[in-house]
Amino acid sequence: MNILIIAEQQHGALKKASLNAVSAGLSLAQKAGGELHLALLGSGIGAAAEELKGYGAKVLHVVDNPALKDYLAEPYCEAVAQLAKSLNAVYVGAASTAVGKDLLPRLAAKLGAGMATDVLGFEGSGANVLFKRPMWAGNVIAEVEITTPVKVFNIRTTEFAAAPKGAAAEVKAEQVQLSGSYKTKYLEFKPVKSARPELTEARVVVSGGRGTKGNFKPVEELADELHAAVGASRAAVDAGWVPNDLQVGQTGKVVAPELYIAAGISGAIQHLAGMKGSKVIVAVNTNAEAPIFQVADYGLVADLFKVLPELQAAVKAGK
Amino acid sequence: MKILVTAKRVEDPESKIKVKPDGSGIVTEGVGYKINPFDEIAVEEALRLVAKHQGEVVVVSIGSDKVQTEMRSAMAMGADRGIWVKHDGPCDADLAARLLKAVIEKEKPDLVLLGKQAIDDDQNQAGQILAELLGWGQATFASKMESLESEAEAAKTPGIAIDGKSAKVVREVDGGVETLQVELPAVITCDLRLNKPRYASLPGIMKAKKKPIAEMAPAALGVDTAVKVKVVKLSPPPGRKAGIIVPDVATLVQKLKSEAKVI
Repeated sequence: MNILIIAEQQHGALKKASLNAVSAGLSLAQKAGGELHLALLGSGIGAAAEELKGYGAKVLHVVDNPALKDYLAEPYCEAVAQLAKSLNAVYVGAASTAVGKDLLPRLAAKLGAGMATDVLGFEGSGANVLFKRPMWAGNVIAEVEITTPVKVFNIRTTEFAAAPKGAAAEVKAEQVQLSGSYKTKYLEFKPVKSARPELTEARVVVSGGRGTKGNFKPVEELADELHAAVGASRAAVDAGWVPNDLQVGQTGKVVAPELYIAAGISGAIQHLAGMKGSKVIVAVNTNAEAPIFQVADYGLVADLFKVLPELQAAVKAGK
Repeated sequence: MKILVTAKRVEDPESKIKVKPDGSGIVTEGVGYKINPFDEIAVEEALRLVAKHQGEVVVVSIGSDKVQTEMRSAMAMGADRGIWVKHDGPCDADLAARLLKAVIEKEKPDLVLLGKQAIDDDQNQAGQILAELLGWGQATFASKMESLESEAEAAKTPGIAIDGKSAKVVREVDGGVETLQVELPAVITCDLRLNKPRYASLPGIMKAKKKPIAEMAPAALGVDTAVKVKVVKLSPPPGRKAGIIVPDVATLVQKLKSEAKVI
């Protein structure tokens, strides 16, 4: 029984999330009893393949083709579907990155497979593995069965530690037949200018809410001291204090960093849904009754304008 | 141009979601319902595109008779008419996509807009599956270069630029934004930053009551309603262990360093 994990590179560099996906593949291989195959697609990806081969998979399939230079769903879907079919892969997975989320449902349709998104873990064994995944923004954990012979999934990277170095995989250069007639054209990529890490990938997130009264300076300064991303509650976004893309919550970004600091956030259901998967939660709020304290590991009933600069100074002094 | 847009009925994100003791579903008592917020963004975008390029907006919902409420909400925002696919059983993303495909083959829209995901099952699949089934191009997670505080947004400028037979779509991807060009007809899924949906006006709500809703049954559409993904069991997420209130920043820092080991 073959398991195929699709790794990802961006401009030739292996994406870190791929190693979390490899780890999920190894965990699945133990439960389902299969062999782990990896796929890497792109153009001029030798260095990324060299790095990826050292993580204990059986075979690394490399599809190095100029037509796959920039990621597009249509050609990538064609290529991976051919590979998955030639391997008779029962399980096909990837990380829940922007590419993973765009590609895998389309791939599932091409393979006639059912799919599970944002998988947190696997239950059961053999071809009857159940997939654990969040629903209602993590307020519910579901166990789902995929009834088709081929099962497609992507994984929530925060739930699987990056794979440790392991035995070297056999590397195979693969040829695929690409139709070349696609409805989409890649035009450009603009990186976000922010010097801060991306909200969903940051190790630490500092968020501000209504309690900031529109002054995010202490939130931003603490974030920079901790190399953290800045987040916000919906109340702060709706007030126009910060851009919409900083919103943490069910309809904003769902985050699960190692440390989440909520400053002046009361903890509406909407917000809690987006951050309660964080490993450690710190809440700073003047209202001791605020619901945020029910999910916080450490609560400080105090004024954020006093506490955040103190915390920032303490972090700086401790470096 | 004709734009087909989806409106899924979901639990209100402000409602507290609890699992039934037997794990067979969620407690629906006291839970409010509304249009999936991402679908609401899709409806708004469709209305802006039609305001610019003329045409009509057709809203599609799949579900029991209750989904008519959400279809009326979309029509109160300005959608012209509705198609209600009557289906009361389980519906995974694959079945939703197959039903939508059958409707699309009848309606022949120039563009299909969906929310990037529904906030109940959070699968984020239907748009991509639909694009593959139709053999169309896809542009997921449509967003905007400008912020939602910008003048362009205040002027209700569409985030998706349509030029003749193709659309330019700005997409939110890891670490930045990407622009794709996709030939029409196409499937586009909408992310949070694409627009701020309008509120329905009172005249809009009155007018919506008279707008037509056509009923379609899966059997008449030739669609088998078997699902590929079955929910076996639901459970509440693992609880967090009780936290503590610390007296001052010094204690907090000490705990974060030696106990939690996160700084």
